[in-house]
Amino acid sequence: MAKEKQATSYGVVLFQSISSALRAEKLLKTEGIAYKLIPVPRHLSSDCGVCIRFLAENEPQIRKVLASKVEIQSICVL
Amino acid sequence: MKESDVIYLDNAASSWPKPDATWQAMEHFMRSIGANPGRSGHRLSIEAGRILMDAREVLAELFCAEDPLRICFVKNATEALNLAICGILRPGDHCITSSMEHNSVMRPLRALERTGVEVTVVPCSPQGELDPRAIEKAIKKKTRLIVTTHASNVVGTLMPISEIGKIAGEHGVFFCIDAAQTAGAYPIDVKKMHIDLLAFTGHKSLYGPQGIGGLYIREGLEVDLEPLMRGGTGSRSEFQEQPDFMPDKYESGTPNTVGVAGLGAGARFILTQGVARIRAKEQRLTRMLIEGLGSIPGISVYGCRDAERQVAIVSFAIHDLSPSEITMELDEEFGIMSRPGLHCAPAAHQTIGTFSQGTVRLSAGYFTTEEEIASTVVAVENITARFRKQG
Repeated sequence: MAKEKQATSYGVVLFQSISSALRAEKLLKTEGIAYKLIPVPRHLSSDCGVCIRFLAENEPQIRKVLASKVEIQSICVL
Repeated sequence: MKESDVIYLDNAASSWPKPDATWQAMEHFMRSIGANPGRSGHRLSIEAGRILMDAREVLAELFCAEDPLRICFVKNATEALNLAICGILRPGDHCITSSMEHNSVMRPLRALERTGVEVTVVPCSPQGELDPRAIEKAIKKKTRLIVTTHASNVVGTLMPISEIGKIAGEHGVFFCIDAAQTAGAYPIDVKKMHIDLLAFTGHKSLYGPQGIGGLYIREGLEVDLEPLMRGGTGSRSEFQEQPDFMPDKYESGTPNTVGVAGLGAGARFILTQGVARIRAKEQRLTRMLIEGLGSIPGISVYGCRDAERQVAIVSFAIHDLSPSEITMELDEEFGIMSRPGLHCAPAAHQTIGTFSQGTVRLSAGYFTTEEEIASTVVAVENITARFRKQG
């Protein structure tokens, strides 16, 4: 059982609006990068209530896909 | 798609019928989603948000805009034009427009004149044609905006948008177009045409429902463009000031999501069919109408009478017979839907010489058939002949 609990590390992209978050979602979907739209975790603060959670290892790829296409507020490691 | 046997030639007012996809998308939203987009993180709210995003993407593709977030939704072309005109112009500014404009351009400008904005109305030819050099000549030091229609809603004449856009760009003047009669029916490329602001409505050639439209705002222009309304956006909720970014700056309050669902589906239908194909068909119908009506003695057909240079709108008058009588006869005896009068564009009718009686306007759409056009020409012939006998 302990084996399954192996820590997966995640990061989140925070946005200023839902429109930006959904635009980013489309771009990630097109690129086939795994993500999940989740409510912004309580310890973080964002202008918009939802954010995109991703596998930490995909961060460089995500930064590349979203760069200059969507305005990002910040990217945090969970 | 069509469920009655009327001949609908009032597409310039509202297109009908609509593709099935339009009302199906609206029904899907109403039955299965229904939530408020961007106001919560639950799945239905996000699904509603995706509907808005999908529609922005389709429209951006249609207008060749790179970033879909440059499209904001408003209720119609009138609101988009009010936002563009009133949001850009300040007292002391000068604005140039044409004499073929709809009141959705003229009335906001006339109201701004009283606040100290100077307005120059560049005259068009009696066929409704606008000379881009006349626009250039009207530019002054304090000119801030040029706003013109893309195609006249009275006679269909297309304006030289690319040329005017180029002139505006060279002189550092903002350029806004009223695409109410062209969005979806005629190719639009905001980059190539140097368009800064593009006002469109959903219920005409984009085959969406009434009550939804939008404004494309060129990148960076939001700095100079004041919103018409301020309020809740679901973003920056801790601040009492309006967000300064697209599209939230201009989208306060709960949007017309069901309308956007229909508009998105209508616009996707256009992308699937292809604007070129739609334009080719409408051009063919327009040519038939111009030639058919033009061959009837006692009738005046207005505009440039060249299907290449106009959208699917043909205005005519039968001498000494009032346009509203003709429209009534067309409806009651032949089941043909037309629109008489001034078409909310008194300046345009003054330009073409039909003020204050107006004309009868016939406007075809992508679903209009050649048989319907042929029957309409026969009906008008019939009305004219009968009147001549009486007279």
